[in-house]
Amino acid sequence: MSSVNNEREEILRMSGVDPTKCMKCGKCSGTCPAFDAMEYHPHQFVSMVNKGNIEPLKQSNAIWQCLSCFACMERCPRDVKPAKLIEAVRLTVIREQGMNHLESENVPCMLDPELPQQAIVSAFRKYSK
Amino acid sequence: MHKIGVFVCWCGSNIAATVDVKAVAEAASKEPCVVYATDYQYMCSESGQNLIIDAIKEHNLTGVVICSCSPRMHETTFRKAAQKAGLNPYMVEIANIREQCSWIHKDMAEATAKAIVLARAAIAKVQLNKPLIAGESEVTKRCLVIGGGIAGIQTALDVAEAGFPVDIVEKKPTIGGKMAQLDKTFPTLDCAACILTPRMVEAGAHENITLHTYSEVEEVSGFVGNFTVKIRKKARKVKMDLCTGCGLCTEKCPMKKQPNEFNMGLDKRGAIYIPFAQAVPKVPVIDVEACLKFKTGKCGICSKVCTAGAIDYEQQDEIIEQKYGAIVLATGFDQIKPTKFGELGYSQYPDVVTSLEYERLMNAAGPTKGHLLRPSDGKPPKEIVFVQCVGSRGQSCRDKSYCSKVCCMYTAKHAILTKDHYPDTNIHVFYIDERTPGKNFDEFYRRAVEQYGVDYIKGQVGKVYEENGKLMVQGSDLLANEQITLAADMVVLAAAIEPDKTARSLGTMLTASMDTNDFFTEAHAKLRPVESPTAGVFLSGMCQGPKDIPETVSQAGAAAVKVIGLLTKDKLLGNPCVAHSDEMLCNGCSQCARVCPYGAITYVDKEFRVPGPKRVETRRVAVVNEAVCQGCGACTVTCPSTAMDLKGFSNRQIMSEVDAICK
Ligand SMILES: Cc1cc2nc3c(=O)[nH]c(=O)nc-3n(C[C@H](O)[C@H](O)[C@H](O)COP(=O)(O)OP(=O)(O)OC[C@H]3O[C@@H](n4cnc5c(N)ncnc54)[C@H](O)[C@@H]3O)c2cc1C
Ligand code: SF4
Ligand code: SF4
Ligand code: SF4
Ligand code: SF4
Repeated sequence: MSSVNNEREEILRMSGVDPTKCMKCGKCSGTCPAFDAMEYHPHQFVSMVNKGNIEPLKQSNAIWQCLSCFACMERCPRDVKPAKLIEAVRLTVIREQGMNHLESENVPCMLDPELPQQAIVSAFRKYSK
Repeated sequence: MHKIGVFVCWCGSNIAATVDVKAVAEAASKEPCVVYATDYQYMCSESGQNLIIDAIKEHNLTGVVICSCSPRMHETTFRKAAQKAGLNPYMVEIANIREQCSWIHKDMAEATAKAIVLARAAIAKVQLNKPLIAGESEVTKRCLVIGGGIAGIQTALDVAEAGFPVDIVEKKPTIGGKMAQLDKTFPTLDCAACILTPRMVEAGAHENITLHTYSEVEEVSGFVGNFTVKIRKKARKVKMDLCTGCGLCTEKCPMKKQPNEFNMGLDKRGAIYIPFAQAVPKVPVIDVEACLKFKTGKCGICSKVCTAGAIDYEQQDEIIEQKYGAIVLATGFDQIKPTKFGELGYSQYPDVVTSLEYERLMNAAGPTKGHLLRPSDGKPPKEIVFVQCVGSRGQSCRDKSYCSKVCCMYTAKHAILTKDHYPDTNIHVFYIDERTPGKNFDEFYRRAVEQYGVDYIKGQVGKVYEENGKLMVQGSDLLANEQITLAADMVVLAAAIEPDKTARSLGTMLTASMDTNDFFTEAHAKLRPVESPTAGVFLSGMCQGPKDIPETVSQAGAAAVKVIGLLTKDKLLGNPCVAHSDEMLCNGCSQCARVCPYGAITYVDKEFRVPGPKRVETRRVAVVNEAVCQGCGACTVTCPSTAMDLKGFSNRQIMSEVDAICK
């Protein structure tokens, strides 16, 4: 139990999110462009992390399907920042496995002139610690 | 030599749970001049007060210190008790050991030590107190109501019925406020105009009510019972006394392209216009920004067609000055324009409207003559999506933090009315929580669901975009855990309400306090809900916080009762704790008059005897008008020669408190 609790605290610390601010309006999930690809939706991340029910989120595909577009964060009327929570759960997984999914030295060979700069920044946020 | 009694209150457990009251009484009894010290469960109770009265008599007390709650709560109670025992009421001092001690500390030892220090300071002060006698001031038996919505109208009618003259200052050309724009009203669905118009007419015709429409308050001075107010009556360019309200001028005006404010800009009006058919007074105004005559010097058609000769292009603003005993704030509200919510498309798509716009689209006197037609192409909408809580209940920079309180109910009303007239329309409502706490309110909302088949969706809308001539509304259905997209013909946003933009400047003029949202604050949230903390200023309607019409009208009546209570008094007891200048120290520098917010200080030239051959010398010295001074103390801290002092709060008294604390 206490390790679960520590995980909750750690995710909240990493993300800076206070899930109790959520009023369960569903604006984040109403906004999310990756909704159908994610088995857990932004508002569920908020309530599940709050309850300490984190394991299913870590096992989920949703943490990789989230586009990190931050639309949910932008629109949330209570300033909860669900995308930051999703990011923190993802980082917890990456850190546990002790490996980055993206190393900076591998980036140059993947570069493509069409690729927006933002995608690289976003990929770093998503796949490396 | 003073004989001081100290009374330490437990306030049940409010104080006694954190402060060792016996220790405080014990410590106080050792202070100089203290001849009696005790503690008691409830000092403010009748037996508590009797305890004080008996002690004053028995021990011939010359000063009393009560260690209790804030003086705002019970200073008057204890002063009255002292007076009953024959002691001057200003020989009572309060040491606040509740709000400033027991409520904010946890540790008993610390709190007790602090309570003892606070008691010691009060004991030191009371030794320098002087018996004071309150002066009296006259009450001007006239009331000013600012804002002529249903709140202002109701307050004015109630005060006028009690026999007092009332002036209503309304900035728009007519009284009526937002209620005049509503179609039907929840929860009974009676037509807003049908119930409002008679009140407007009554207010317009009442012998005790004077309407100043198209007018604004310019300046306020004075104090409770004696306010002096300057009102700017803006030039209508139409003579009120001659105009018959026939409306011919408004028909003939060629400048018919002005957005009609009353219909939320959904249709046009002329440069000379009467806001709506039932306007009171039914006299047009010329919008000089739009009028050809004012722009080019040509036209003048309205003047030609007016058989009454009422048009007066030369008319100027007029400033009138009037005295009032009481002022009622009834400035109401506005609905925000949800332009910051780009994702909802309000600025982009004409068929995304606010609920106040929707009221006008349903109203028989509205831009579509009561036929529900969407603004873009004038077609009747078949699929309508309502979005609640737009801009309410949020913490981001786009949102108001409060619940706007009326939108859940009026959205249910819009849904019911629409279904009633157009049963083949499909209606969806996105909601976060359905808030219907009022008499017959939940039943009303359930009727929308059960009788009219309105589709309530628990969730919010993420975005609205256009596709093949439809408004695509993407949102979450939280109970189904789905994201859904509805194809709609119209989207109605229940946008947040906010106080009128002019409220803040009025608040400053009247020194009436406001909260961070610019709603006026009440003197006590529970026990004095219609009074502002500024004496003589009362609150009515939405300007104090979101509320519906029944609540507005109840509050308006309550404010009227408070006004009547004040105006029936012939004289008001003043506050004797006012400023006083020592002529021997004053050098007439004028600093104090500059800082006095009430204009209480004037200067006179006075002759003084001086040593030397001249014998007398004329000097300019400050004089305080005690009836006007409110005892704020601004002058005393400003005076460079320490000539100004406040009775009851003299510099010596305050320094003795500081000394006692630092002892
Ligand atoms: C879309 C919508 C639908 C609604 N439907 C219902 C309903 O069905 N049933 C119900 O019970 N309630 C309803 N309400 C709530 C209702 O409108 C309010 O409760 C009511 O209008 C409040 O009245 P008021 O007099 O306080 O404010 P207002 O109606 O806003 O009146 C204030 C007046 O003061 C004037 N004013 C403002 N500032 C100044 C100034 N500085 N100087 C002079 N004059 C000034 C304004 O011009 C205005 O005339 C609805 C509200 C909205 C937005
Ligand atoms: S950041 Fe992720 S969860 Fe949030 S809206 Fe974008 S895709 Fe959805
Ligand atoms: S938008 Fe914000 S408040 Fe609403 S459900 Fe999502 S996280 Fe909670
Ligand atoms: S100004 Fe003249 S024309 Fe216009 S409404 Fe009044 S009386 Fe009629
Ligand atoms: S009244 Fe209803 S719609 Fe309006 S802000 Fe409150 S909860 Fe939202």
